[in-house]
Amino acid sequence: MPSTAFHAPDTVEDAVALLSADPTARPLGGGTDLIVQMRSGRLSPGAVVDLKRIEGMSGVRRDDEGFVIGAATPCTALKADAALVAAWPGVVEAANLIGSVQVRNRATMAGNLCNASPAADSVPALVAAGAVCVVAGPSGLREVPVEAVPVAPGKTSLASGEFVAEIRLPAKPAGGGDAYLRSTPRTEMDIAVVGAGVSLVLDGEGTCTSARIALGAVGPTVVLVEEAGAALVGTKLDDDALAAMSKAVQAASNPIDDKRGTVSYRKAMAGVLARRAVLIAASRAGAKA
Amino acid sequence: MNAPETMKQFRPKGFRHVGTRPVRPDGVDKVTGKALYSPDFKAPGMLWGAILRSPHPHARIISIDTKKAEALVGVKAVATGRDLPTLESLVMHVGEGASDIVDVSHNCLALDKVLYEGHAVVAVAATSPEIAREALGLITVEYEELPFVLGVEEALAEGAPVLHDNVFTKGVEPKPEKPSNAAMRVEMGGGDVEGALASAAATVTERYTLEPVHQGYIEPHACVASWNGDGQAQIWTSSQGHFAVRSLTASVLAMPQSDIRVTPLEIGGGFGGKTTIYLEPVAMVLSRKSGRPVRLAMTREEVFRATGPAPGAVIDVRIGADAEGTLVAAEVEFLYHSGAYTANDAGAGVSSAIGHYRIANTRVVGTEVLCNRPAAKAYRAPGAPQVNFAVESAIDELAGKLGIDPLELRLKNAAAEGDPQTSGLPWGRIGWVECLEAARAHPHWSAPLGPNQGRGIAGGYWGNYGGPSTVNVSVAEDGTITVATGSPDIGGSRASMAIMAAEVLDVPYEQVRSVVADTASIGVSMVTGGSRTTFATGMATVQAAEDVKSILCQRAARMWGVSDDQVEWRSGAVVCLEGEKQGQSMTAAAIAGRSFHSGGPIAAVAALSAKGWLPGFGVHICDTEVDPETGHVKIVRYTAIQDVGTAIHPDYVEGQMQGGAAQGIGWALNEAYIYGKNGKLDNAGFLDYRMPVASDLPMIDTVMVEVPNPAHPYGVKGVGEVPIVPPLAAVANAIHGAIGQRLRDLPMVPDRVYAALHPEG
Repeated sequence: MPSTAFHAPDTVEDAVALLSADPTARPLGGGTDLIVQMRSGRLSPGAVVDLKRIEGMSGVRRDDEGFVIGAATPCTALKADAALVAAWPGVVEAANLIGSVQVRNRATMAGNLCNASPAADSVPALVAAGAVCVVAGPSGLREVPVEAVPVAPGKTSLASGEFVAEIRLPAKPAGGGDAYLRSTPRTEMDIAVVGAGVSLVLDGEGTCTSARIALGAVGPTVVLVEEAGAALVGTKLDDDALAAMSKAVQAASNPIDDKRGTVSYRKAMAGVLARRAVLIAASRAGAKA
Repeated sequence: MNAPETMKQFRPKGFRHVGTRPVRPDGVDKVTGKALYSPDFKAPGMLWGAILRSPHPHARIISIDTKKAEALVGVKAVATGRDLPTLESLVMHVGEGASDIVDVSHNCLALDKVLYEGHAVVAVAATSPEIAREALGLITVEYEELPFVLGVEEALAEGAPVLHDNVFTKGVEPKPEKPSNAAMRVEMGGGDVEGALASAAATVTERYTLEPVHQGYIEPHACVASWNGDGQAQIWTSSQGHFAVRSLTASVLAMPQSDIRVTPLEIGGGFGGKTTIYLEPVAMVLSRKSGRPVRLAMTREEVFRATGPAPGAVIDVRIGADAEGTLVAAEVEFLYHSGAYTANDAGAGVSSAIGHYRIANTRVVGTEVLCNRPAAKAYRAPGAPQVNFAVESAIDELAGKLGIDPLELRLKNAAAEGDPQTSGLPWGRIGWVECLEAARAHPHWSAPLGPNQGRGIAGGYWGNYGGPSTVNVSVAEDGTITVATGSPDIGGSRASMAIMAAEVLDVPYEQVRSVVADTASIGVSMVTGGSRTTFATGMATVQAAEDVKSILCQRAARMWGVSDDQVEWRSGAVVCLEGEKQGQSMTAAAIAGRSFHSGGPIAAVAALSAKGWLPGFGVHICDTEVDPETGHVKIVRYTAIQDVGTAIHPDYVEGQMQGGAAQGIGWALNEAYIYGKNGKLDNAGFLDYRMPVASDLPMIDTVMVEVPNPAHPYGVKGVGEVPIVPPLAAVANAIHGAIGQRLRDLPMVPDRVYAALHPEG
């Protein structure tokens, strides 16, 4: 009968060694995807490598460039960090839409990212925020933009022996605001039919100086829609700009028909949610941080 | 012994306990996690079973090779359909409706054909669940795939694959020459429908559809069976009726019922779906083969793929009224998904369709249609919500055409006591008009609506039931009382039985404890279903408590040396009315403490088939708010009004009303079985089978209208099933109010509502 080894290393190096030794080994942050997949028989890893005992893997810290979120930090812990909530409310809200409260007490954003579901709630918000992953591996540490981690449903760009050790968010830019909205049939305990993350910066006159818009569940991976952000830059987010942004979002959406939604509904919702998220982000940009 | 005449009458009086809200006797165990549910039970030496299920929706089993599985270390038994005895067709009336025991057997383990994806084919028992699962992977089943059919209309079409070559539509005379998927046809009504519709001032002719939905109980099916070489067996399981488990299992295994003792475990939800068996005969066979107790427990996925959904439906309604709004004719024709075997919803569907209105000309026809889905099973008011959705939507549409307020149209045509039902029999003392009047008077009905909001109303009913129950009321040596019933407690019945016994005996509620006894410890009782338990088992409880009261009086009279008519039961004690002991009283404790030397232990059994049940009626008011840009429907306010007879324990009555409304709202908005083109279920889990979560629902307000049942000592009417009947149409009518468009297909998921609002795409 196949068996699974469980390791709880103390150092990044040991974790890398354990993951490198067995190509089927999987890192465990919260385990809310991994354990479920193992129980259902979808995954049978030879080893599970628990990251939680490694120093720095749990919790949020500040550094000169912004926020460092350890890979094993549960989503509910993000809500407890007042500075993070003030700087990136959209990211924190997105992470706290995943599953239920009980799930979020364990679930992590790094796990949400590496599960590589196109519908992952925290990922569009992280991509919009310009978040970067610190990936640990056999050749040391490397930085990877969040959007470059998932490459297909269930697949990441991480090489054998690599794992996401940290997620880094920049400090809040002056005049910045972010938001994430998703569409689900239920209010909770659901999976995004469409998700839209927005991060933007407004100058003193209310003119948008930069904007990043990322979509979930409208393609094989979360997509950063540069044209949609560009449609807002230089505008005061008037109706024409919002319409142009929505159009760009819909054009970039390439969803599938499945049990969770139709192609036409998903495309339409991408435009609606992106517009609503832009307005929330803008109201946050206008507010004093 | 049937209830004496005096027992059958409602006794209006000032109640001491009836209508109070004490803590349920099983409450502490449940909230502290100590309660023993089906999957919690373990027996010494127990083996773990697992079941290999069909990957095909319809296929012939060519061969099964289990040699490798049997050779795996730790595997102690393997069973297939060949291990179950060959049975003669026999329709058994247990649970909620009838089942042919051959179908029950073949559903437990397929014999020659698999009829749906998930149909059980092979079972194994091993020393660990991991080994059992590994063994399943070593079994080879060779199938010949057959064409399959999922939809009711497709299943009736010429050339459709026929599931059973021995099913000839029941209810059709003469018997059809060819077998078909039309398993059963039920028709009721009378008068001249066509003529009346032709002369009606306004008519509605529409088709309404629903998908099958699951009962959604949180506790999966599970059991432990232990069958000894001497033929005697024990089964531990949760169900809505352990006597039904016993009789069905004994019949499937062709063994005496008294050789099986079924011990009921706590039930984590049933809603009609646990009135049958899936696992018990299989666990029994594995136990017999291995000589060990065997546990079988379904996963959530197995529950979805292999246990009973409520049928989906295609329903055609034609209904007409004169210019004043008097309904003149109604015709309802519906097709229900029966699934793999003949189900039982059409009959109740026919009698639950339009009987709540006085209509001179009616025709209601229901057909059970076999298709390659799991066998449909009872779900709370089985067969009623589907047809009610269609009829109460059509009534709303008719009100719109007539320009009459939808509540007033209903009230104008509402049936009352003495009016004929669809069957022609007169209604008894029903409270439908009272519910509509309560709805009209409720502040919700006249409250202002906000932007994008709409209000809907719908009414419906469920026939309820009585039937066999056995209750033993016994007095302990200290005078405390135990009420033992054979009715599983799915809705607070232990509390209700204790209340009724305490009411009869006029003793504190805490002095009465109520338990659910196993099949060897109490007489036969029908399932807890049909909303019968508080009525029927309650009637038996009252009778047994009355008998105990009589015994206590007789004993006291004997001890005082007076005749029986010289004593009286007052305030929980016997009082001497005459002679030198006049004015003295003796409590149950005093009498019971001396009972061993004054006539023996004090106990009474009431075993009866309760008659005189009455249907329940409900009216629900629903406010929705529809997001015009996304099609999301939010339930912003909801009020459930119901004739509850007498609320024995109002908390549990209100809980039933809220729970039924919640399930109905889920059915209306999101719940549906979704199949792939390959005939396989695509949403066998709670993520994509979307029952409402707490944040999807507002507080569901309840209004209990009490129109007591004159045939029950405390006026009880069944309350558990009625509240799932009106919500489907109440929600649909509210969505119509919010968006000005009529949606006739459930569920009203966001993309469907969006498509209606944005026909351009």
